[in-house]
Amino acid sequence: MARRHAPTQHHTDVPLVRAVNVTKSFHDNQVLKGIDIDVHAGEVVSLLGPSGSGKTTFLRCINMLESIDGGRIFVDGELMGYEDRGGTLHHLPDKAKAAQRRDIGMVFQRFNLFPHMTAIDNLMEAPVQVKGLSKRDARERATELLDKVGLADKADAYPAQLSGGQQQRVAIARALAMEPKLMLFDEPTSALDPELVGEVLNVMRDLAQAGMTMIVVTHEMSFAREVCDRVVFMDGGVVVEQGDPAQVMVNPQHERTRQFLRRLTSEQHGDQGADIGADQGVDHSADTGVTNS
Amino acid sequence: MSSVAPTGGSPVDGTGERPGPIHARPVPHPWRWVALALIAVLVAMLISSFVTNPKWDFGFALQVMNFRPVLNGLLLGTIVGTIGAMILGVGLGIVLAIMRLSSNPVLAGVAAVYTWFFRSIPRYVLLFMIGTGIGYLYPHVDIGVPFGQQLASALGWSNDLTFWQVDINAFSTTLLAGILGLGFSEAAYMAEIARAGILSVDRGQTEAAQALGMPPSRTMMRVVLPQAMRVIVPPTGNETLAMVKDTSLLTAIPIGTELFYQTTIIGQRTLRIMPTLVAAIAWYLIICSILMVGQYYLERYFGRGFGAPGQTKRDSTVKRLLGVGGSH
Ligand SMILES: Nc1ncnc2c1ncn2[C@@H]1O[C@H](COP(=O)(O)OP(=O)(O)OP(=O)(O)O)[C@@H](O)[C@H]1O
Ligand SMILES: [Mg+2]
Repeated sequence: MARRHAPTQHHTDVPLVRAVNVTKSFHDNQVLKGIDIDVHAGEVVSLLGPSGSGKTTFLRCINMLESIDGGRIFVDGELMGYEDRGGTLHHLPDKAKAAQRRDIGMVFQRFNLFPHMTAIDNLMEAPVQVKGLSKRDARERATELLDKVGLADKADAYPAQLSGGQQQRVAIARALAMEPKLMLFDEPTSALDPELVGEVLNVMRDLAQAGMTMIVVTHEMSFAREVCDRVVFMDGGVVVEQGDPAQVMVNPQHERTRQFLRRLTSEQHGDQGADIGADQGVDHSADTGVTNS
Repeated sequence: MSSVAPTGGSPVDGTGERPGPIHARPVPHPWRWVALALIAVLVAMLISSFVTNPKWDFGFALQVMNFRPVLNGLLLGTIVGTIGAMILGVGLGIVLAIMRLSSNPVLAGVAAVYTWFFRSIPRYVLLFMIGTGIGYLYPHVDIGVPFGQQLASALGWSNDLTFWQVDINAFSTTLLAGILGLGFSEAAYMAEIARAGILSVDRGQTEAAQALGMPPSRTMMRVVLPQAMRVIVPPTGNETLAMVKDTSLLTAIPIGTELFYQTTIIGQRTLRIMPTLVAAIAWYLIICSILMVGQYYLERYFGRGFGAPGQTKRDSTVKRLLGVGGSH
C-alpha cells in the first residue's frame, strides 16, 4: 500500500498538534524530558521506542489523561488544559477540559469498551450524552460506522461477546462517532492474538487513507513503514530522531534507534511472526543496553 | 488381536468408524440420597410435632396474621418503613460515597464524619433520640435568617426574621421521623458499600469516558455507577432484609403501627404468646422471600454484559441433586 503524501498541506498551515518542551514526572521518575513534536492535519505519525520510553505517557498527555509539569501542548491552536491569562496559566475547570477532549479520539491497548452497553450503545453514548445528538441521528451514524469497521451484524452484541479484534474495531468506531480531528492510538493491536491484528490494522489503514490525523504508538513495523508519513523514535523520554519511515527505519542515524530496530527485526524473524510487540509489559531496555532512568 | 472388535469406542479400534455422540452415565452421588433421606426424616418429625403439639396453635396464628391492626402495622411500619428508609439510605449512601471519593476535601471530610457518626450509634438509641430527645431539646424549629431571633431581640424588632416554623414535638413521633432515622443510619452503611462498588470499576472505564469528552458527572452516572451496581446490589439486598427486621426498632420512637409491636400486644392481651410470634415470623418470611426474588432480577439487570445468572444456564437444584444432565 502506498503512503499518502500531502506535502502541500504539511508545512504551510499551523500544526494540528504542537508539543513544546513537554516534561512529565511520576514522583522522582522523569518520564518525559522535553518533547517537541509537531503533527500537521492529515499526517499519520507513528511513535516508536523501547518499553518505558514514555510513548504512552506522551499520548495520554495530549488529551490530558495525564497532566504535564512543563512545556505546552496545543491542539488545533488551543492550549490544552490551561488558560493563558496575560502570561499566567490558570487550570481549566473539568467541563472545559472535557470540551477540549471532544475533538480527540483515543483508542486504548485494552479497548476499554463499556461492558454494560451493546456495541451500538457504546457508539451512541458520547454523541447523545455529550453532543446532545438525538438518539435517532446517533443510531444512524453509529450504524454507518459499525458498517465501516465491518461489524454491522454485531450492533446488539455486548463487548464480552466479541473477539478482541472485534472489540478494538468497535472501540475505534466509538472514538470516530465523536467526529474527532485527531485520533490517538496506544498499541491498538498488542493485546490481540496474531491472527486478529490484521483486521484492526486494516481499519486504521482505511482511516489514514481517508485523511484522518493520527498518532499511533505501535510495534507493527510494516504498518509504520507503509501507512505512516513520519516515524518518531523516542527513548528515555526524549525524541531521538524522526523523519520519513523509509529513512529512519532503513537508515537510522542514531545508535539507539539502530539497536531498537535490530532487536525488533530479530524478534520478527523469531517465532513471534506478525505478533511484534505483543509482549507488552516486558522491559526491553535491559536487553537493548539502553538505560532510561 | 485385530480380529476382536473392541467395544469401548477406542479411536484406534481398526473398524474405521469415528466416535459418535456421547451418552455417558453421570457420576453417582449416593451420599446426596442419604442426606436427602435424613432431611426428609427430620422434616417429618418437625411436621408431626406441629400437628401433635397443640401449643403451636397455627389456627390462631393465621387469624392473628389477618387482624386489621397487624396488617396495618405490616403495611405502614414494616413495608413502607423499609421502602422509605432504603430509598433514603441508598440514595444518600451513593451521594456520600461519591463525596468521599471526590477530590474536594470538604466534601470528602463531611462524608467521612457522617459515616463515622451514624455507624457508631445503635439504631435503637438513634430512634429513641429522635422520638424523645430532639423534641425535648428543640420543641420547634424556626426556619429563617440564621441568628435572626437573637438579632431581632437585641435590636427590638417586631419581625424576628422567621419564615416557617416546624413543630418538632408533633413531627418526631411520626412514621416519617422513624423513616428518616433509619434512612440516615442506613446511608452510612450504604456509603461504604457504594464506595467499594465504585472502586471496583476499572480505571480504564473512566479514562475511556473522559477521552470521549464526557464530563466527570456524566462519567459517574452513565459509565461508573451502572457497573458499580453489579457489586452494590448483593450487599444492598442484605441491607434491605436487615432493614425489614430493623423496622421493629420503630417502637423506640415510639411508633406502634409496626408488625412486631402489633403481634406482641395481641400476645400479651390474649396470653397466647407463641401463635402471635409465629404470625410475626410468617410475615417476615413472606416479605423477605419476595424481596429475594426482586434481588435476583436486579442482579440480572445490572449484570448484563457480564455473563450474569439467567444468561448462562445452570442446572436446577433438583437436576444437580439427582446427578442428571450437565457436567458435574
Ligand atoms: N501512573 C504511573 N505512575 C508511576 N509511573 C508511571 C505511571 N505510568 C507510567 N509510569 C512510568 O513511566 C515510564 C514510561 O511509561 P510509558 O507507559 O509511557 O512507556 P511506554 O513507552 O508506553 O512503554 P511500553 O512500550 O511498555 O508501553 C515507565 O518507567 C513507567 O514505569
Ligand atoms: Mg505504552
